[in-house]
Amino acid sequence: MNAPDPGTPSRPLVEARDAVLSFGQTPALRGASLTVNAGEIVAVMGPSGSGKSTLLHCLAGILTPDSGEIWFDGQRVDTLGETGRSTLRRDRFGFVFQFGQLVPELTAEENVALPLLLAGTKRAAALKAAREWFERLDLAGLESRRSGELSGGQAQRVALARAVVSRPEVLFADEPTGSLDSFTGEQVMELLIDAARQEGTTVILVTHDPRVAAYAEREVVVRDGKASALAPDPVAS
Amino acid sequence: MLAGMSVPLTLLGLLEREPSHGYDLKRDYDAFFARGKPLPFGQVYATLGRLARDGKVVISEVAPGEGPERKRYVITDHGATEVATWLTEPLEPEPHLQTVLFTKVVLALMLDRPAATYLDLQRAAHMRRMRELTELRRTGATIDALLADHALFHLEADLRWIDMTATRLDALAREVRS
Ligand SMILES: Nc1ncnc2c1ncn2[C@@H]1O[C@H](COP(=O)(O)OP(=O)(O)OP(=O)(O)O)[C@@H](O)[C@H]1O
Ligand SMILES: [Mg+2]
Repeated sequence: MNAPDPGTPSRPLVEARDAVLSFGQTPALRGASLTVNAGEIVAVMGPSGSGKSTLLHCLAGILTPDSGEIWFDGQRVDTLGETGRSTLRRDRFGFVFQFGQLVPELTAEENVALPLLLAGTKRAAALKAAREWFERLDLAGLESRRSGELSGGQAQRVALARAVVSRPEVLFADEPTGSLDSFTGEQVMELLIDAARQEGTTVILVTHDPRVAAYAEREVVVRDGKASALAPDPVAS
Repeated sequence: MLAGMSVPLTLLGLLEREPSHGYDLKRDYDAFFARGKPLPFGQVYATLGRLARDGKVVISEVAPGEGPERKRYVITDHGATEVATWLTEPLEPEPHLQTVLFTKVVLALMLDRPAATYLDLQRAAHMRRMRELTELRRTGATIDALLADHALFHLEADLRWIDMTATRLDALAREVRS
């Protein structure tokens, strides 16, 4: 296992404690607990419908659990109001999802600059910061295309650039390669992992694809709304 | 481990259910594990002989008459420990494990052992290996990357089989315990 570097003691950054959440009669989380340390890259796996996306949304302050606690950087997230949570999401989190994230009316570079513009950065500075990511993510030359003029893999890399442009502390990714063929998916993962490692970003990556999960440093399996880290000893069940 | 090397452990596992005659063991082995390649009687008795020599089974009674088929074999504590260790330890994650993995899962269910936990442990061992290979693929020369890729695709197939089996354990348990 990737032991934490002895020089940097591991610090819990994102945590769910016994999170329970139902959609009406449907239980989605039944007491899920998970701790992710600062700088860690963790894959969340598990069968379809087991609660992976719901857990991710709770950790990211998009959903609030019915009971249990969500923590980020020593702070309760589930008890924050909607304003507090949306500030957190805007200022400290980045998001990549499977589909349709780019605003079709905007160019690629405007899409990437969007989080900075929303946070109040001046347009010229925001676009300048956005453009730096085009080179890094192998997108040079595509700055002024609209999303309809990009391939799936290119659009996904633009979405990745937008997720990291504001240098978030945590990147939440839900099936970020789910709509791509395996070669393009691996390319996106390479770039995602490189960017996260260079920036020290914590990554929580939901995927059902073992090859994608293998880019993470460890994996957590969600089954029936509960999360378990697979320890290599048999007492873990 | 090659499939053939698991024959002694499989017979030992079958004996853990109840003491048996060689003939019954062969019949059960063929029914669950042989898949078109029945175990020759000679191999059954040779294997049981070695297991007895090593103290993993004892011969409980010899029915009147002659011939090996009259002996009844009983597993010893030493033998039972060996089965438990084998079932618990994840296999070295190499491609093409399916035969041995399958044998372990079926035996675990027959013996009422936690097959789901074994599968989880194997899954963790596979994911660990896949992480190592992915890192190699990311950082190594093209030739290393290509070799890593090949191993990754095969491990992925095993892993998908592990996940699929995990969702079907209840149905499998009903079949092998009947
Ligand atoms: N908005 C919703 N309204 C009602 N039920 C929902 C909603 N979102 C999720 N669920 C249900 O909650 C459970 C968990 O769903 P979730 O989306 O977290 O699963 P998942 O593990 O991400 O699955 P997949 O791998 O298919 O994406 C499922 O039973 C699902 O049907
Ligand atoms: Mg989902």
